[in-house]
Amino acid sequence: MTAPKEIVDAVLEGRNQAVARMLTFVERRSDGVDDALAVLHRAAGSAHVLGLTGPPGSGKSTLVSALARHYRSQGRTVGVLAVDPSSVFSGGAILGDRIRMSDHGDDAGVFIRSVATRGALGGLSRACLDAITVLDAAGTDVVILETVGVGQAEVDVISAAQTVAVVSVPGMGDDVQAIKAGLLEVADVHVVNKADRDGASRTVAELREMLRLSHRTAGQWNVPIHQTVAANGDGVADLAAVFAAHLDWMTEHGERERRARRNAATRIRWVAEELVLDELRPGVAAFDHALDEVTAHRTDPLSAARQLVGR
Amino acid sequence: MDTREEPIRVMLAKIGLDGHDRGVKVVARTLRDAGMEVIYTGLHRSPEQVLDAAVQEDVDVLGVSLLSGAHMPIFTRIFQLIDEMPERPRFAIIAGGVMPDEDVDALTAMGVSAVLGQDTAPDTIVERIRDVSAPVREA
Repeated sequence: MTAPKEIVDAVLEGRNQAVARMLTFVERRSDGVDDALAVLHRAAGSAHVLGLTGPPGSGKSTLVSALARHYRSQGRTVGVLAVDPSSVFSGGAILGDRIRMSDHGDDAGVFIRSVATRGALGGLSRACLDAITVLDAAGTDVVILETVGVGQAEVDVISAAQTVAVVSVPGMGDDVQAIKAGLLEVADVHVVNKADRDGASRTVAELREMLRLSHRTAGQWNVPIHQTVAANGDGVADLAAVFAAHLDWMTEHGERERRARRNAATRIRWVAEELVLDELRPGVAAFDHALDEVTAHRTDPLSAARQLVGR
Repeated sequence: MDTREEPIRVMLAKIGLDGHDRGVKVVARTLRDAGMEVIYTGLHRSPEQVLDAAVQEDVDVLGVSLLSGAHMPIFTRIFQLIDEMPERPRFAIIAGGVMPDEDVDALTAMGVSAVLGQDTAPDTIVERIRDVSAPVREA
């Protein structure tokens, strides 16, 4: 089996086959992938990471495809991570986002990867962030992360994006409610897609009302509401301009640095947790000893835990 | 660290002027229910598009569904493109749909790992995909 370290150079050169393989290693947490990621992390940091989220049927995939076409016309390379749910019953998944991303089938400058959630608690988040690192290190200019945005793991993932767009569509009154509950706080841009449909202006008005009610402070980024018709490309170039403006604004106001630090904190914590918990399981001698001692009431859980983690 | 059973990744593709996708959708569901991750390309793809997509998705198996009668030229083209690739892709390729028995040997000679006709039972499809993916996943 190819080891992750053997293909690090090919990933850094942006070779698609190597990038694809590395993404599999990341997803499977294969042996040696951590060393590879250590190298890749140092080469990453120049991509603009976009998060696109919204209810099923809101046209996210079509919008991603239209954005990719726009970025390609500017000569920029695009990487897409399209997250779809795994079946809770069989663990399998049908990943259909590529159906609407067919325009780029023979363009090596657009790399699309379908990701199944695999139901692993927290696993998705970490694999996704590592996958962003891989695409970023491979020299991808724009990385687009597409998810339904349901559940804490997906909110965690989407928060890792520099610019988060929440997509809604006219005529689905309830999805505004859904956004209110979960993703309002993370939206940097609201997109009303399928804006040629009846009720688009009403959806815009509802969003505007909702934003007006949300807590704001002076000097904050003014969350815009943008209309698109992704299927024919209307408004997509303008949307890309809004994303670029948001990145500029963040850079100017120190927000880019703040978010990068916040993401770094999250990632360090996740990995640290994993490192610590890996030693805290039956079968590890020190842990078994602590179990014996606490069960026999010779010591207490806190003292045992302190001893185990060395503090 | 690879102790968990990782799902088999399969791409199902429709190539060329063939609008019949009922069968491939049934297969997609069957494979999903067998615990596999299925990436469906949608209709009317070119061999180039499908091969690029399968490389990006790093699948274990590429299944091409054809009911148009164009399987010989299309598979010829697929293997021609594979020969032109800088590095041979790792996935196994299988054919599904309507293909006369007399073409099966020729397809196998080209490099098709399995030919699953339209009357193949769902369980057999799952089994054959597990079989052809096993050596690929170890490589």
